[in-house]
Amino acid sequence: MTGSDRIGSPASRRRVDYELIASLVADGARVLDLGCGDGQLLAALAHDKGCIARGIEINEQAVLACIQRGVAVYHGDMMEGMGFYHDQAFDVVILSQTLQQAADPVRVIREMLRVGRTAIISFPNFGHWRVRLQLLFTGRMPRTPLLPYEWYETPNVHLCTVRDFRLLCDTLDLRRVREIFLGSPDHRIGGLLANARASLAVFQVRPGPVPVPSANDGS
Amino acid sequence: MAIDNEIEVKETSRLGGDQSVGLVETQTWTFEAPLPLDCGRTLSPVTQAYETYGALNAARDNAIIIFHALSGDAHMAGYHTPEDRKPGWWDIMVGPGKPFDTDRYYLICANVIGGCKGSTGPASVDPNTGKPYGLSFPVVTVGDMVRAQKRLVEHLGIERLLAVGGGSMGGMLALDWAVRYPDAVASVLAIATSARLNAQGIAFNEVGRQAIMADPDWRGGDYYGRTPPSAGLAIARMVGHITYLSDHQMRAKFGRRLQNRRAFGYDFETEFQVESYLKYQGDSFVRRFDANSYLYITKAIDYFDLANGHHSLVMALERIQAEFLVVSFSSDWLFPTSAAKEIVKALQANGVPTTYLDIHNPYGHDAFLLPNEELGRTVSGFLANVHRQVRKDAL
Repeated sequence: MTGSDRIGSPASRRRVDYELIASLVADGARVLDLGCGDGQLLAALAHDKGCIARGIEINEQAVLACIQRGVAVYHGDMMEGMGFYHDQAFDVVILSQTLQQAADPVRVIREMLRVGRTAIISFPNFGHWRVRLQLLFTGRMPRTPLLPYEWYETPNVHLCTVRDFRLLCDTLDLRRVREIFLGSPDHRIGGLLANARASLAVFQVRPGPVPVPSANDGS
Repeated sequence: MAIDNEIEVKETSRLGGDQSVGLVETQTWTFEAPLPLDCGRTLSPVTQAYETYGALNAARDNAIIIFHALSGDAHMAGYHTPEDRKPGWWDIMVGPGKPFDTDRYYLICANVIGGCKGSTGPASVDPNTGKPYGLSFPVVTVGDMVRAQKRLVEHLGIERLLAVGGGSMGGMLALDWAVRYPDAVASVLAIATSARLNAQGIAFNEVGRQAIMADPDWRGGDYYGRTPPSAGLAIARMVGHITYLSDHQMRAKFGRRLQNRRAFGYDFETEFQVESYLKYQGDSFVRRFDANSYLYITKAIDYFDLANGHHSLVMALERIQAEFLVVSFSSDWLFPTSAAKEIVKALQANGVPTTYLDIHNPYGHDAFLLPNEELGRTVSGFLANVHRQVRKDAL
């Protein structure tokens, strides 16, 4: 799992889906944020919703920022850090825009649902029309505001589309409790044609074989 | 009264600058009530040397006790005389505006029992014989040291501390306090420490002890009033210093460079710079430390196991109420990162709010005593948040 690559702007990375994720978390919930950056989300959840908030972050400077905010944070790899918690220690485990950087995304998701009752996972949608058109017309690896890297420097080794993620949930027998899509960073859109229209997707999942019937999305 | 212990130093004339606590004085307090020890014996009377910095506030919610490491003492910050060349052992961390900010917090540091810096130890006079204890001094444990300091803290009028903290052995005392007196502390700072020393650490301590006991001047510990076992103690200190430095640091600091000569002398004089450094450390140590105290304190470190008397480390931490800050240094192989993570894991299994930071630097175990911006910011940020929480809870 890389981490140093994200140092650039943990705060701005967060800002896009920050309020969205916060809105999915119930008052007083026990929350674990993986790759919690400077702890902004956790501090807000603790302060505004009385959540029991814990973080895991690999970047030393970001950990120092968490400590200034009074967020209890584990400095290290997220798989190792999660391993320290017992089963179902949390109500919610959050992974914001980091799944695509994981060496083994399936292992990460399984571990999230071992320590947590539900998982909130957000990721940049590689099926977005702009990504598709860039590849089609320029013949080069796409770059967007959420995917700003050149191919040779990107930490994103496991990019996926909305459709890919839904299929993975089915494969892993995960129930999709909520699906939220953003067109542009500040613009929430419905589920219609989400695989082509969403630049960012937020899924809340829990173990269970009943998939939520989703809008027709063969796009 | 603790409040009277406030250090009065004029800002303008403060020795060591604005960020120093200035001139301080070591105080002593003696209690007669026998102190029960883990070995089954009792100790009485017990004297403890201590220093305090800053002022206890009216709410009495800003007191912090810091525990020193193996060779430390009560003199944590400031100067004893205007002529002092060196300040206390953690002066970089303790003072006005420093991480342990004496403008906000009331800091206490006491010499451990078994030590030789003013607290009762093997060099103290046994009231039953009128002679120094020597090896008749009971073997004390980290738990015994903590029990003694708890009495001191109560004597200073403090029921619940804002924080207990320390590095190395000091961190062991802090961990022990949190388990022993869960109601009497709001937070713990465990720095470069372990819930139990590993075999490697015990091994190095044993080499040190054997060096002392092999010195003919040691005489079974009965050397007071005669020549002390300086050669043995110096070797013990040299071994210790090897464990405090990282391989990287030794290479950077000394390499294979020779001291005061250009070519090998083909003799057994001190030739390499690293030899010279260790010799200096050994020689200066014997002037300020008692060999028997070195035996007793290293033994206490070896015996320490937070899980003692419990089924597991996890169960030992069941009653913890404090918030934790655990800090390790990446190049510390004496109290390695893995030892810190063992503590963190057991805390998190108990749902204890825990922050863990692994500071990446090349300075080895000694890193906690060196200037370090990350450690400073971590301590100040952690304490500020704990203090805020304590005040909120009191409302």
